Amino acid sequence: MSGFIIFALYLVAFFGSYLVLSRLLSKYFQREGFNSLKTVTFGDESAVKANRIASIISVATVFWLWVAFTNSAIPLPKLPGPFQGDATFTYTATLEDGTSDDATVTVRVYREDIQQTVDAEGNPGREPDAPEVEPGDGFAKNDTLTAARYSFKVLNVWSNDEVSKKGGSTVTAINGIPIAPGEKIDIPEGTVGLTDKGTPTFAPATGLRMARLYLPAPEVVMERFIRLNKEGYQGFTLWEHTWKSVSRVLWGFLLGSLIGIPLGYAMGLTNWSRGWFDPIVEFMRPVPPLALIPLMIIWFGIGEVSKVILLFLAALWIMIIAARSGVSGVAIAKVHAAYSLGASKWQILSKVIVPNSLPEIFTGARVAMGVCWGTVVAAELVAAEVGLGKMIVVASKFQLTDIVLVGIILIGVIGFLIDVGVRALETWLVPWKGKV
Amino acid sequence: MSELLIDNVSMRFELPNGGHVQALQNVSLDIKSGELMSVLGPSGCGKTTLLNIVAGFLAPTEGNIILNDKKVIGPSADRGMVFQQGALFEWMTVRENVSFGPDMKGVSRAESKENVEHLLEVVGLGDFKEKAIYELSGGMQQRVALARCLANDPDVILMDEPLGALDALTREKMQGLVLDLWRETGKTIILITHSVEEALLLGERLLVMAPRPGRVHKEYRLPFADLGVGNDLREVKKHKDYASTREEILEMIWSMEEEIMGRTEDAS
Repeated sequence: MSGFIIFALYLVAFFGSYLVLSRLLSKYFQREGFNSLKTVTFGDESAVKANRIASIISVATVFWLWVAFTNSAIPLPKLPGPFQGDATFTYTATLEDGTSDDATVTVRVYREDIQQTVDAEGNPGREPDAPEVEPGDGFAKNDTLTAARYSFKVLNVWSNDEVSKKGGSTVTAINGIPIAPGEKIDIPEGTVGLTDKGTPTFAPATGLRMARLYLPAPEVVMERFIRLNKEGYQGFTLWEHTWKSVSRVLWGFLLGSLIGIPLGYAMGLTNWSRGWFDPIVEFMRPVPPLALIPLMIIWFGIGEVSKVILLFLAALWIMIIAARSGVSGVAIAKVHAAYSLGASKWQILSKVIVPNSLPEIFTGARVAMGVCWGTVVAAELVAAEVGLGKMIVVASKFQLTDIVLVGIILIGVIGFLIDVGVRALETWLVPWKGKV
Repeated sequence: MSELLIDNVSMRFELPNGGHVQALQNVSLDIKSGELMSVLGPSGCGKTTLLNIVAGFLAPTEGNIILNDKKVIGPSADRGMVFQQGALFEWMTVRENVSFGPDMKGVSRAESKENVEHLLEVVGLGDFKEKAIYELSGGMQQRVALARCLANDPDVILMDEPLGALDALTREKMQGLVLDLWRETGKTIILITHSVEEALLLGERLLVMAPRPGRVHKEYRLPFADLGVGNDLREVKKHKDYASTREEILEMIWSMEEEIMGRTEDAS
């Protein structure tokens, strides 16, 4: 249900913001410069440039959907929320001799995450007391109930009655509407039902928002991020978790490149190396690094060595293949020209082949970094002492979804930064890429 | 003085299907020092193969290349190459490209600097020394390739369609430059080209090759290269023999091409 609503809202945001903004801010929707003179733009990829307004609204939409589906304090339009506060319903108890009596149930519904909140003085919130009500007259007395949002309560209405369930008292109607065991009746504040054995139940209305357990609000995640920075998690600071994951990736990638690039060159330069390493590379390349995690744990335990070797293996094949295709990408005219200018084999390698293969190496490095980053998180999910993956998996076991989200956002941001870094290094070292 | 001897060279490529291609058959040539020889022929006549053999990139199946009484067994700095395009090193500046040869020999940059800068001036790139290769136009890139080759002071310069990728106007200018450099440096040059005009204008010796098997078909001695040095090449084209020689050679190559086409049609 929520899925369809999210999808529908997303479509509305996508098309709606275009229709509205393209009229309001039409000057930002014109093609610029030379592209504005092109009459054929549909099908001309070079005329397509990312509309930055769309990017901003896209991110804002995701944020808004996040807010809309949670019990966030952020003042943005939200979906109908869960019921909170006091609700009453009456039940009719009937005895075996046919006499009946009405009594009221007062339900106090409170936040399901009350214990995770703090009041103005910094005291943690606690569950509220039951409301006080008059017992009323008749053999059925008025009852009270406290229930957390999204919860489901079974209420022994006979506990204070003069005639117990065993004594022959049965609930026959809710708010005057007849009800049989197993049936349900909707009231504005929730759903009242009878179990198969006839005991009343109450479930507060949930609305369409998600409970904190499933999707914490943005400000909750932000608060958790700040707290993690101060207090750390599982004996390590957030920075230590992050840096451990990053440093594992860097070490694994570095070792993989140090071994892989020379091996790739060797495979591109000599028959013997090509023949020797070809079967190994072709066999290991399609093996996903994730499949090696159990073996790495069996051989090297769950410490640093096992992680670094795993990432080394993840990066190795990619870098070998990148370096090999870098060699095969050298125009033979360059090699011939260099030989004719008196270069030795070593000079051919260092002055021609290595620089000429840099674009390929960088493409490989970007892929390898991405794979390593994905692999390290997965490896930490399986077993580790410290790291972002470890933080996420432990938090999920304690149902601390906000920590899980902090971890996921950090993983995404760092993965993005790594890619930006490699690309910046590439434009600095390989300025001729794409210009030849 | 350098003398290049192409001694009865044959080249036979074995094909995977068991057949073979006779790319060159018994080619013998004696090229004197300082000669500019242009080589012309329909595609598939083995002219690039011949150049690759002289450069030392390919070993002939028969015969020898002798340069300065020594047998050629591989590429070396005494035979410089100028390629059609794509042979410059994009990761180096113009200056670094030109000083590549001296660098490889271990000549210090300070020592080679004067010569490198002189050559860059000669080819008209004095203001582009520190530019990156990808910032230059195609014609400028070929000037760098010429300067790079000359900086190494080779005995023989082998040019494999060096101006083939340039537009007509740039090409004409570059033809003048090649002639001037030839006269100034006195190098032996072998120039392969597809353009009959270029072969006529630049070659004091002109070799027409015929295909299947690749062989020397006819050889000319031409006055136009000498006339062209330092002069407007368009004036040279008005020379009384120019048009007739051009027609003669074009006729020759056309009939060869037709023969090839005819053979292909027979085969199919």
